[in-house]
Amino acid sequence: MSDQIKQATLEYTTRLGDDSVVLGHRISEWVSYGPFLEEDIAYGNVSLDYIGRARMFYTYAAELADDGRDEDDFAYMRNDREYRNLLLMELPKGDFAYSQVRQLFADVYYTLMLPELLQSKDETLSAIAAKAIKETKYHLRRSRDWVLRLGDGTEESHQRAQKAVDQLWGYTHEMFDMDETEQLLADAGIGVDVAGLRDRWLQMVTDILMQATLEVPEESWAVRGGRTGYHTENLGHMLTEMQIVHRSHPGCKW
Amino acid sequence: MPEEQYQRLQQRNVADVKALWDLLDVIKDPEIPALSIWDLGILRDVQYSGEQVTVTITPTYSGCPAMDNITTDVIQLLNDNGYQDARVKLSLSPAWSSEWMSAEGRKKLRDYGIAPPEDAGLDEDGLTPEAHAACPHCSSRNTRRISEFGSTACKALFQCDDCGEPFDYFKKI
Repeated sequence: MSDQIKQATLEYTTRLGDDSVVLGHRISEWVSYGPFLEEDIAYGNVSLDYIGRARMFYTYAAELADDGRDEDDFAYMRNDREYRNLLLMELPKGDFAYSQVRQLFADVYYTLMLPELLQSKDETLSAIAAKAIKETKYHLRRSRDWVLRLGDGTEESHQRAQKAVDQLWGYTHEMFDMDETEQLLADAGIGVDVAGLRDRWLQMVTDILMQATLEVPEESWAVRGGRTGYHTENLGHMLTEMQIVHRSHPGCKW
Repeated sequence: MPEEQYQRLQQRNVADVKALWDLLDVIKDPEIPALSIWDLGILRDVQYSGEQVTVTITPTYSGCPAMDNITTDVIQLLNDNGYQDARVKLSLSPAWSSEWMSAEGRKKLRDYGIAPPEDAGLDEDGLTPEAHAACPHCSSRNTRRISEFGSTACKALFQCDDCGEPFDYFKKI
């Protein structure tokens, strides 16, 4: 592996790990706040899948970095400006409709993105994708069912689901942006050309939203910045909570 | 016997270190203590070279929190049995499949009160159906899914409408 490709793969793997840990943590905030016990447990499980993914990506990133850092250093010892996750993942959990709509957007994205990553010439990235694909099928079924139920439910649930769609829509465009790093890796057959997934994502999401009697927003605004370290104010607060124990007690084991 | 299970059994039966595979049968999954790591299909390989034992395991789900416990248990067991240099390797590929679960494991699972994957007809996506998984308590098919996710990521939650008991269903993955 050339130095340039190795460096790009490290950056890419870290981004994917960041997406997973940030969304996983956000979902975990529902634990003990779910609308009923089974949903509470479901959220806990989906969260674990994402945290598990993050561990696999970070373990590989640490191996590529080869500078003495381990997976925990990636998760706990970087600040918000060093995180490279998509902004969509870091937005606060909001109400139940908001979290499920965000989940639907992410689940459809991974449903399309992971099979591409499975084709990666990088064996580790491909292996992580193979595991994650199976889990995402279950995630998508749950978020889709909930969006249908909330959108086509009561007046209140419909209105909340629509509000969530409208508020989150502007954050979805960033998922399909390519920069130099990602283009280099896509050309090398290692990374995914996410720009090419956009039409299919829009089609799948539109079908589900329409079935849920929800309106697809006009594309009027877009927020970007996660991949370059420019985040919303929410990430810093989230990381503070996520990292406090590790940073206060370095090397602590139990 | 499905191909995957047959392959696993062959690998174990022809291994030079069959005694080590047998020894590892006492290691249970901490979340389903009725099943050994062999039964569950987590145990992938055992190698013995020089004085070093390398045990390869694979997680059921990405975030399976049992992996750390299992690693500790395996190393402890091997050390206690005189293998001082014991290592556990975590392998991601090929990804774990519920097809790898042993026939004995499926029976133990049912006896333990968890319906194994084959006790439900899958829906068109190959995922857990909304109803009719066989109740491990009374065998009735008059059951319905309560939640897509059960007490752990590998299970869904069902309830039996005949005996009234809730039960876990081990998902096909």
